[in-house]
Amino acid sequence: MGKESFLNVNVKVWRQRGPKEKGEFKTYRVEHVSTEMSFFEMMDTLNEQLINKHEEPIVFDHDCREGICGTCSLYINGRPHGIDDAITTCQLHMRKFKNEETITVEPWRSAGFPVIRDLMVDRSAFDKIQQAGGYTSINCGAAQDANAILISKVDADEAMDSASCIGCGACVAACKNGSAMLFVSAKVSQFALLPQGKVEAARRAKAMVARMDELGFGNCTNTRACEMECPKSVKISNIARLNREFIKAKLAD
Amino acid sequence: MAIEHIMDPALSRIPEGKLADKWTNYKAHQKLVNPANKRKLDIIVVGSGLAGGAAAATLGEMGFKVKCFCIQDSPRRAHSIAAQGGINAAKNYQNDGDSVYRLFYDTIKGGDYRAREANVYRLAEVSNNIIDQCVAQGVPFAREYGGTLANRSFGGAQVSRTFYAKGQTGQQLLLGAYSSLNRQIEKGNVTMYARREMLDVVLIKDKEGVERARGIICRNLVTGQLERYSAHAVVVATGGYGNAYFLSTNAMSCNGGAAIQIYHKGAMFANPCYAQIHPTCIPVHGDIQSKLTLMSESLRNDGRIWVPKKLEDAKRLQRGEIRGHQIPEEDRDYYLERRYPAFGNLVPRDVASRAAKERCDKGFGVNSTGLAVFLDFSDAIKRLGKDVVADKYGNLFQMYQKITDDNPYETPMMIYPAIHYTMGGIWVDYELMTTVKGLFCAGEANFSDHGANRLGASALMQGLADGYFVLPYTLQNYLADQIQVPRFSTDLPEFKEAEDGVRAKIEKIMAVQGSRTVDSIHKELGHIMWEHVGMGRTKAGLEEGLKKLGELRKTFWKEVYVPGEANSLNTELDKAIRLLDFIEVGELMARDALHREESCGGHFREEHQTEEGEAKRDDKNFMYVGCWKYMGEGKEPELYKEMLDYQEIKVQTRNYKS
Repeated sequence: MGKESFLNVNVKVWRQRGPKEKGEFKTYRVEHVSTEMSFFEMMDTLNEQLINKHEEPIVFDHDCREGICGTCSLYINGRPHGIDDAITTCQLHMRKFKNEETITVEPWRSAGFPVIRDLMVDRSAFDKIQQAGGYTSINCGAAQDANAILISKVDADEAMDSASCIGCGACVAACKNGSAMLFVSAKVSQFALLPQGKVEAARRAKAMVARMDELGFGNCTNTRACEMECPKSVKISNIARLNREFIKAKLAD
Repeated sequence: MAIEHIMDPALSRIPEGKLADKWTNYKAHQKLVNPANKRKLDIIVVGSGLAGGAAAATLGEMGFKVKCFCIQDSPRRAHSIAAQGGINAAKNYQNDGDSVYRLFYDTIKGGDYRAREANVYRLAEVSNNIIDQCVAQGVPFAREYGGTLANRSFGGAQVSRTFYAKGQTGQQLLLGAYSSLNRQIEKGNVTMYARREMLDVVLIKDKEGVERARGIICRNLVTGQLERYSAHAVVVATGGYGNAYFLSTNAMSCNGGAAIQIYHKGAMFANPCYAQIHPTCIPVHGDIQSKLTLMSESLRNDGRIWVPKKLEDAKRLQRGEIRGHQIPEEDRDYYLERRYPAFGNLVPRDVASRAAKERCDKGFGVNSTGLAVFLDFSDAIKRLGKDVVADKYGNLFQMYQKITDDNPYETPMMIYPAIHYTMGGIWVDYELMTTVKGLFCAGEANFSDHGANRLGASALMQGLADGYFVLPYTLQNYLADQIQVPRFSTDLPEFKEAEDGVRAKIEKIMAVQGSRTVDSIHKELGHIMWEHVGMGRTKAGLEEGLKKLGELRKTFWKEVYVPGEANSLNTELDKAIRLLDFIEVGELMARDALHREESCGGHFREEHQTEEGEAKRDDKNFMYVGCWKYMGEGKEPELYKEMLDYQEIKVQTRNYKS
């Protein structure tokens, strides 16, 4: 364990009552914050302070607190999931901050993700994109023996890397166009790399891209901000693969 | 003492015939529903994890109309997603002597002979179908260079039967179930209701006067409004109640609320005292900590667990004067390898946890709190090279480093046991139906398959077995009698009554306006649970714990403060409602632990141990499932014993030494 020390921080938080209401920044002071605490434990402490003063706590999404469920979000000091690489906000620790620092905390800001309250946003659009084609169309109960399908370790590992997307939405939040291409391409790639997914590859690529467009996400202009900020390091080469799959599908029409 | 009854064995509805034929016979003779009728039947599934998500998707594929509910913002975020290490199946792809029987045997033995034979055998039987199904879905399991599936070993087994996808197996299996669910949502067979929390089940009497589950009351967590939903049957797959301890490896929203609600409506709660304490978690660091992080059991494939042999070395570690890697080989005590030569570092979780506690209680802990042991990879790195270790465990090492700021490639990890899983849960029969007709319970929420201790990589197996391969059959068998029953209106008085009850409870909570936050009371509950109903339990400690829990309930009703409004988004109210149910879960756990005068699996009574400190079971008096029946508010629940009758397996003392 690192050496524990204590910080005082000023937390500048976006507060917004509802999707249609005007929001504003409010600054709160939190003292004696241990460097061993996670960022959310600091937020818990702040919320306890607020509740004890009979104010409403800051609403933010969080659940597993170990970087896998994809529930947490937040722009912290101008970066999705904060100032460390390849982590989610729940894996961010206070040892990354300085004493007397002002920490700016904002929700994902994107047309695709309307604010529900404070820092909590609505990401149901992501589910809708997956519903358009993020699956293999097989019913339970009829599968052949698992080892009947041989898959090279290289393909399996690459498919796993694509499949590691946690659906947090950092890619959309980081993108100046509000594009969901990294998210969509991760799923399309996973299936395009595996024989089980090839059967419907064309239909899937078209359907998921069409749904993404319908839901108001922007286009990709290869800025690579998504790749930089992805907590699971999902690579932009997935987008290249999605483009190939999409063009292949369109040419076959 | 609680009033005790012996349960009628017929209630368990175990099919006739030889153990290996029971499930085949059941499927051959069960009742079916034709496609036209399936469309007219509604099923509510509460929970979208491996059990709930898989059930909802599969029932949708079959043609039933499904309404699926989850408290998260998306079904993809259910806590099954956090499972790291893997999923067991009896494929015997490694040719190491595995079979359905051996998986069944290991699971019964691992559960310390406190699980029902017929259910466990079926679990082992369908385990292979699960792997086939997941591969067909496109789950990217780890593979060998030849293209076949890879396996690793887990605790409590001498074969390699665990399938995995890096350290993210739960994520990949859940996303598989989620993808099937999405396909059914798109087709219109499943309607998904996210950010909804079930707060009661609705029972309606049929023509014969039998009460059946016909709907639920939910709170919409965004609007705060109460909502009513009806169906012909209800499945509760809402996970475990480990968060009663406040600190656990569970996600923040995991709760025992749905289980307590249906317990109040007549479903029995079985073996509540069986909680799993996982041996390899990152140690507690301070009072403000919000949760504990698991380090996968798969790490015990290559990691070796040790503490110093010399007390003075331990003291220096505790004072931070030296680090683990500075202690020479001959001064290290690999206590699991020493005590359990046959299984070594891969003993089951309960055994490994108690052994860690024993060393730390004797003063050999290795961090500043004295509550940690080492999990060391230096040998594995020497043997396999850093790259191979990184390929196998890279994401777990990264997770560890982000939390602790320590590099596990260079210095041993520090770990300590933490609450991880609850084997106890709602009692179900062979068909996974509770003691309420039409109310089913699946996954961690039921008590079904793990006895007193769950083996690693078996939770994913059980969740998916229940969801993909058991409920689709047994629900159909139940619904075959219901094809004449029209859909239910939510305007019926039973719905109103249930909703009024929920509203009254919420108003009562909001009205307290005391001076303590929900979390401060929840933390107090956690301390009581860990101290009195934790790893080592005693009669006096449990009695004291029960008293404290009663007082805590009074504290809640006198001092809790919930800001904001009831009919709006209110995260503090969400937590307050769950906390009240956790206090009741805690009381049930303590009561059950107090009555079970033996040590078995995750339940260790200090009065009942061998001279070597191993758990001492009492098969003569306690070879049963302890089921608690709710008798009304403020009244003691009554105990029903489902006697366990082992036909196939010879009951023995668990031995992992030779």
